[in-house]
Amino acid sequence: MADTAKPRRTAAIVGGNRIPFARSNSAYAQASNQDMLTATLDGLVARFGLQGEQVGEVVAGAVLKHSRDFNLTRESVLGSTLAATTPAYDVQQACGTGLEAAVLVANKIALGQIESGIAGGVDTTSDAPLAVGDDLRRVLISLNNARTMGDRLKALAKIRPGQLVPDMPRNSEPRTGLAMGDHQAITAEEWGIGREEQDELAARSHHNMAAAYDRGFFDDLVTPFLGLARDNNLRPDSTAEKLAKLKPVFGRGEGATMTAGNSTPLTDGASAVLLASDEWAAAKGLPVLAHLVDAQTAAVDYVHGGEGLLMAPAYAMPVMLARNGLTLQDFDFYEIHEAFASTVLSTLKAWEDPAFCKDKLGLDAPLGSIDRSKLNVNGSSLAAGHPFAATGGRIVASLAKMLHEAGPGKRGLISICAAGGQGVVAILES
Amino acid sequence: MADWYTNFANSGFGTTVTKQLGLPRPGVLRRYEPGGPLLEGPAVVGSAGQGRLRDTVTAVLKDAGVAVVSPVAADGDAAGEKFGAVVLDATGVTGPADLAAAHAFLAPAVKRLRANGRVVILTDPPSAADSPAQAAARQAVDGLTRSIGKELRDGSTANALYVPEGAESAVAGPLTFFLSGRSAYVDGQGVTLSAADVPAAQDAAKPLAGKVVVVTGAARGIGASIADVMARDGAHVVAVDIPAAGDSLAAVANRIGGTALQLDITAADAPQRLVEHLRERHGGVDVIVHNAGITRDKLLVNMDAARWNSVMAVNLQAQLDITQALLDGDVLNPGARVVCVSSQSGIAGNRGQTNYAASKAGVIGMVRAWAPAFAERGATINAVAPGFIVTEMTAKMPFGTREVGARLNSLQQGGLPVDVAETIAWLAQPTSAGVNGQTVRVCGQSLLGA
Repeated sequence: MADTAKPRRTAAIVGGNRIPFARSNSAYAQASNQDMLTATLDGLVARFGLQGEQVGEVVAGAVLKHSRDFNLTRESVLGSTLAATTPAYDVQQACGTGLEAAVLVANKIALGQIESGIAGGVDTTSDAPLAVGDDLRRVLISLNNARTMGDRLKALAKIRPGQLVPDMPRNSEPRTGLAMGDHQAITAEEWGIGREEQDELAARSHHNMAAAYDRGFFDDLVTPFLGLARDNNLRPDSTAEKLAKLKPVFGRGEGATMTAGNSTPLTDGASAVLLASDEWAAAKGLPVLAHLVDAQTAAVDYVHGGEGLLMAPAYAMPVMLARNGLTLQDFDFYEIHEAFASTVLSTLKAWEDPAFCKDKLGLDAPLGSIDRSKLNVNGSSLAAGHPFAATGGRIVASLAKMLHEAGPGKRGLISICAAGGQGVVAILES
Repeated sequence: MADWYTNFANSGFGTTVTKQLGLPRPGVLRRYEPGGPLLEGPAVVGSAGQGRLRDTVTAVLKDAGVAVVSPVAADGDAAGEKFGAVVLDATGVTGPADLAAAHAFLAPAVKRLRANGRVVILTDPPSAADSPAQAAARQAVDGLTRSIGKELRDGSTANALYVPEGAESAVAGPLTFFLSGRSAYVDGQGVTLSAADVPAAQDAAKPLAGKVVVVTGAARGIGASIADVMARDGAHVVAVDIPAAGDSLAAVANRIGGTALQLDITAADAPQRLVEHLRERHGGVDVIVHNAGITRDKLLVNMDAARWNSVMAVNLQAQLDITQALLDGDVLNPGARVVCVSSQSGIAGNRGQTNYAASKAGVIGMVRAWAPAFAERGATINAVAPGFIVTEMTAKMPFGTREVGARLNSLQQGGLPVDVAETIAWLAQPTSAGVNGQTVRVCGQSLLGA
């Protein structure tokens, strides 16, 4: 480790809460980001008896935000049963938001700036913001600034029918115009990721998550919302054979492998994680499931640099492992966010590839392969769905519980890819 | 919070109509409010035979700030001062002849009982009598109490306490309960006390301060009301319900400053998970209320195994398994209380409810059988059997069935969830240590199974 002089305090993960994730325009079609985040915070408060409690800080974010959501997290805190004196702020790092929020809270706890905090994330693709086009926006601003009736009429006269079409939020990269799935299709083809292995990974995600629900694993991780008690994207009876029948939706021609079944759907949902110092948890009689030991972010130049959009975690990982003196094999559980089945598979393949590890990561030897039976053992985003900013909180809380159940001294690894060519990885330890 | 008919019958026009037509005239029940007086008027205390509890009773009343008047004041003058309660110490009866004194005291005293008044009669358990004549006299109190309950009007109740030798110190808590608004819907009942190590006093405003109380089925209805009352009395409530009810469960927990635990109590590992939760988060538990219950009604001949088994699993087997796990896991704190929810159906039976009634009768057998073992560790286990309680469930009943069902009791109205909750919270109190193995009906002296 870099600074071994004095033992560093690490933040404890006490527990988490999320609402079941819902496919876009289904159960939560009428719910706003604030509704979902507030309900999620209230579920966390109920689980840990935090009514009227002032926690150190609440940090959360959303990827798709209305302009009215400018202070989303603080407004959600005010609507919750937490003390109104609890400070809060918003963060946004695309799909890395939830994990980054947890890292931010954990770091403040590690520094002794706060003793407790809540990290979260929320997203709705149903109640998505629509913006007016730039032309119309300029007209409306000048209308607002007009002082006389004549000026107002002049401003109004500039409106053209074509300007009335709103700007829809798109799941595409501003700098390339390509959808995230199209980007990943390029990466999948480069790494030679086959259709069959993607479908198998997807089916296993559904089976693992359904089994976890059945044995009550999510009883203290999920609180129902608006009539939904389980993620409605979950297909317990999914099989690789059934998934093989779907038509590809990303990529082109014969080589296209990515379908709606092995890609995550647009999803609504929210999650939150309670972090604290060991002392704070002990004083409250609350459990310590695991500690957030370390984290690392990375970004790749997918615009000009020839790297895949979602490959940044592959770069972040060796940096974090080296800093902690660990190898890729030193973990009991791996949580690799399933943005697409092929993202997981191309990332794993990259870590196994001597050329990639030498040329791109500057390593003498590849990071190697992992024991696949330790990967996403309670399902991941292909089964649960993926409300962008909520995925990190889902993974952190679930992994912390898995490590706690496995006993002390167990390690878990998190890897989350994000839009803009970014990635966040983290280590949890029980 | 009375029902529409009670409101109507107590309105000016409704009073005239119901009186002229001879319709039921339910009173608006006096319910407990923190800080309120124990009784709304003075109490008169009398004896039949040379009883031993008169001083105890008088002390309880005076400690609660109630004026105690001499039996001489019970002169039958209806124009005189009205009594809040009439208490008879009949522990001295040796044979039927002594009951004449009971009659002589009660008749004029009850005549001056005010609305929402209380009649409480104390005697020894008939089973412990020295002679058949003494047993007869003590048993006679049962019929006497029940009949007074049926004669009283305007929300007044009559109940009996059976106090064996050595259980005198256990009288204060139960007597206070029967006098107070907490027992608003408990009528015509008898509770047998047993000798126990009873604390001399408890915090009157917060009798459950510092206690950890588990309530199953707490997301709605009677369970949510139990959670409310427990929290009001000072407890930290661990609210338990099935994961699918987790959102309303969280709302209950947040309303009362408790915690929510989503758990299917019929899962094989549920008892162990509950034990671990209580050990890890609270270091033990003081009270558990087995309230969770389901109905799956069908006539016996049409009932499939699924209906039978699911009702048994939730209503009876889970209570047995969880209680056993708490004992085995050594998480019951000293003076622990287990309160199980039975049902009037478990006493009277009910058409279409063979499964439900069997499970709820089973609960009564369970607490009776477990009571000695609990007494040995200074703990208690009891049941409450609600009668017609107005809930979301009864609101869905057909109008006629519901209205008739609600009137078939001495108080001529359905009870409220809070009435069940108050009785359970009383059983959980420190000074209820002498109540063990009992099933207390909260039914307004229902005609069913009486």
